[in-house]
Amino acid sequence: MSSHTGGVAAPTGMVVHGARSQPPLLYPPYTSTIRRAPSRPLIRIPETFRDLSAPLYGSLPIGDADHDLTRQHAGEPLGERIIVAGQVLDEDGRPVPNTLIEIWQANAAGRYVHAKDDHPAPLDPNFTGAGRIVTDREGRYRFTTIKPGAYPWRNHHNAWRPAHIHFSIFGTSFASRLVTQMYFPGDPLFPQDPIMQSIPDEAARQRLVSVFDFDLTEPIWALGYRFDIVLRGRASTPFEERT
Amino acid sequence: MTVPERPLVATGSQTVGPFFHFGLTTNAPLGSLVRQDTPGERIRLQVRVLDGDGAPVPDAMVELYQADASGAYPPPGGLLPDGFGGFGRLPTGEDGTCVFETIRPGRVPDPRGGLQAAHINVCLFMRGLLRHIYTRIYFAGDPALAEDAVLALVPEDRRPTLTAKRAEASGSWLFDIRLQGSHETVFLDL
Repeated sequence: MSSHTGGVAAPTGMVVHGARSQPPLLYPPYTSTIRRAPSRPLIRIPETFRDLSAPLYGSLPIGDADHDLTRQHAGEPLGERIIVAGQVLDEDGRPVPNTLIEIWQANAAGRYVHAKDDHPAPLDPNFTGAGRIVTDREGRYRFTTIKPGAYPWRNHHNAWRPAHIHFSIFGTSFASRLVTQMYFPGDPLFPQDPIMQSIPDEAARQRLVSVFDFDLTEPIWALGYRFDIVLRGRASTPFEERT
Repeated sequence: MTVPERPLVATGSQTVGPFFHFGLTTNAPLGSLVRQDTPGERIRLQVRVLDGDGAPVPDAMVELYQADASGAYPPPGGLLPDGFGGFGRLPTGEDGTCVFETIRPGRVPDPRGGLQAAHINVCLFMRGLLRHIYTRIYFAGDPALAEDAVLALVPEDRRPTLTAKRAEASGSWLFDIRLQGSHETVFLDL
């Protein structure tokens, strides 16, 4: 098992499916990994022990405004209104219906509604930046929000996070749990961002970038971005063989 | 090794970051997995997360998933008839800990026809973890530990990292997650 080498030595002529599509645990350019990434190899559990269905997240009803982050306050938030929509699939291409998606993000100025965010940019009294939705029968979801701003952080000199929206999804099994970040096309901050760059495979990295979509764009209203998500299915390759 | 070819590749994981609370942990009831009438032995489970320096991690998120007292998991996407969902989620505080109210789970079958020792599944997220990690909480002193098929995969000297200990004074079960070091917790690759 090669846990931190950042690559998989597949036998000649054979490529491990999904190899290098997941970040390693230790990725020193992202300095917080250095004291937080487990240093010993993960213990692999046989497939038969992984077959545990995903939990149902609580039993809170989902409110009407939960998928429209621009309508959670008395007034409209500042920023570029956008629609973010897509489909959740498993690795076999099957839609994942009825699964909870939670998102959270900074406001248009790049500031989070969070006590520990000290970026000197304004909060927006009309924007919280948290949303939730359950996928429909075809695994589809659709949020309305505003485009988040980029923001600085202290990982390295003059470090800036590219604009992103955080996604949390359950899927069909305990092993299909996913937390990720969706980016926006053409962001010049990608090359210096160690979080995005932690994904070894270029194609896998690009799949974290949403696609501008005229079909989703609503005239005189909002730009549309498509972000499809693929969850690990049952009997998937363990994580360690993907990094 | 043989890996079945699949048409799609799973989306890459990215860290939950430091600012997840307003999105993920505003639902305080998720610290309790039980209702007034949930059958089983009530337990108070304190999970503490420590980094490679042994310092408390104040910005982790801990998710639990467990069977009920009879050893049953809820059906996919649902609850057991008595309302038990088996899912909990809390952020750690400044001291690196969070405290769940739950029940001691029953033993669930293992795929070989036996029973696993009672355990709670854990999924852990934090700034500095590019992808979440899994572990299990077993209970110290449980005679079934010796026959658990998953524990059997873990080197014997590391097995104690997977057992919660009972605090004499409070009666709480304490489980430390050590991310690194000589007592690094065993993490599982699902």
